[in-house]
Amino acid sequence: MNAPTLTVSTSPHVHSRQDTASIMWTVSAALLPAALWGIYSYGPRAMCVLLVSVATTVLAELLCDRLTRQPSTLWDGSAVLSGLLVGMNMSPSIPFYIPVIAGLFAMLVAKWSFGGLGANWANPAIAGRVFVFFGFTSAMSSFRLPGALGRASGADAIGGATPLTYLKTRLVDGLASTDVLGGNGYPFTKFAAKVADMCHVSPYAVDAFFGNIAGCIGEGSSLLLLAGGIYLLYKKVITWHIPATYLGSFAILNWLFGGFAHGAGFAHGEVLMPLFTGGLFLGAFFMATDYVTTPCTHKGEVIFGIGCGFFTFLFRNFGSMPEAVSVSILMMNIVTPTIDRYVKNRKFGFVKPEKKGAQA
Amino acid sequence: MSGHVKEFTKGFFRENPTFIVLLGLCPTLGTTTMVANGIGMGLGVIFVLFFSNIIISLCRKCIPASIHIPAYIVIIATLVTLLQMLLEAYVPSLYASLGVYLPLIVVNCIILGRAEAFASSHGVLDSALDGLGMGMGLTMNLTVIALIREVLGAGTITLFPIGGWDGVINVPILHTTPCRVMTLAAGALLLMGYLLPAFKALIGLITAPKEATR
Repeated sequence: MNAPTLTVSTSPHVHSRQDTASIMWTVSAALLPAALWGIYSYGPRAMCVLLVSVATTVLAELLCDRLTRQPSTLWDGSAVLSGLLVGMNMSPSIPFYIPVIAGLFAMLVAKWSFGGLGANWANPAIAGRVFVFFGFTSAMSSFRLPGALGRASGADAIGGATPLTYLKTRLVDGLASTDVLGGNGYPFTKFAAKVADMCHVSPYAVDAFFGNIAGCIGEGSSLLLLAGGIYLLYKKVITWHIPATYLGSFAILNWLFGGFAHGAGFAHGEVLMPLFTGGLFLGAFFMATDYVTTPCTHKGEVIFGIGCGFFTFLFRNFGSMPEAVSVSILMMNIVTPTIDRYVKNRKFGFVKPEKKGAQA
Repeated sequence: MSGHVKEFTKGFFRENPTFIVLLGLCPTLGTTTMVANGIGMGLGVIFVLFFSNIIISLCRKCIPASIHIPAYIVIIATLVTLLQMLLEAYVPSLYASLGVYLPLIVVNCIILGRAEAFASSHGVLDSALDGLGMGMGLTMNLTVIALIREVLGAGTITLFPIGGWDGVINVPILHTTPCRVMTLAAGALLLMGYLLPAFKALIGLITAPKEATR
């Protein structure tokens, strides 16, 4: 691109090799293990869904570059990343037109209507997912069991609700999640049963953590998403503020108040099961940490993360829709400019003026 | 005569109530989930706007300036109540589906806006034409918005039942896989955001050659 040959600015200068492209490709690489796991457990159709959504966003990006008459921004990787995230947010059995619509919405409406990368107010992938979720709710919330669970239950990849949907509809009976799922014959793997016996946790939570769970392509394996997130932290692409506060506030709220739903009372809520399901790790590490749509300061990021956790908790437990993570991130994207306006870093060397009359 | 024609036609493009003046957006977005509702709402507004403009134009000399807004509201509210009773008696289905948006015509900014900005200072004929044109412009907007929203959001086009026909056209592919979000409030706002610049561009296309030759 046509970068200026002479940059004039005040010293000191700190040079970083990081640029938009390197960040975007790093994030995409960090997502790949979870995506590959999705393909492994849901079969080749999941790969087709991923390819369709990536192709859609890439073509939309090329089209928008052409329309706005600017040099191609394809190689900064943001379109590929958005496409990958859109695809990972789809059910593996989704009809192919839905990822196409989600990808087009993400690129054309959420990103380029506002001026392209850096000017979008919402994370394109989340906007695309939420749009198709409210547009095609039934198709977006029908899932299939992954291969491992299908073998465990004897049937081959039967259609199934996610554990979360199960819980949402049946928690009114006043049972804990393990009892609800177990009572309804929801399958779990033998491996999960072993680990659960050793650690005294629900086998469903173990399955959810390792990725043997019905759900979207990319949300399955919390373990691989966590690994990807840690890689991003190590590469200094993201900081700990948003993921830690998001997951932490969500876990604490669930522990304190989640117990009321099944009659266990204050501070007896489940933590692991809600934490490992519903794409929370995907959201916390990869979608809530988007640079453009989150606050600029670390203080603001903490507020952002806690807000995400709070709204996710509310939507999970009291919302009418089986959709919490993406909607709460979208809501916090909306208030991000407000956070940035009121939460600012202290200027270097700035001393707070003393109040009048405090000291003579 | 061309002056009178201009008062009539300005409601369609030059001073389009929804897309240019941006008035009365709440009923515009609220009632356009079905084409029939949009057209019905538009006809209701034409009725109220036409007569309120005439009456206010007739009374413009005798309404004291200090209480002109309450006086206009009383006139408009009377007409809206009339409309409500007429619809309830003769088109109960439309009355039911328009719901709260029908009495809300009283506070519709287009009607008060035209009374304040036009009828209170113009003759009866001009005011009547202005009301008619503005009302028809609004009906056009409502129909276009409702058509897009219903086709995308429900896959149908609901018109008025005639004879044995129930007035519903099914759009082939979209009927089985509608994008429901378009009939929700979010879809309305989204569509409005794209229709505004599109309409501005359309006006530019229509008026630009004329201004070039002037």
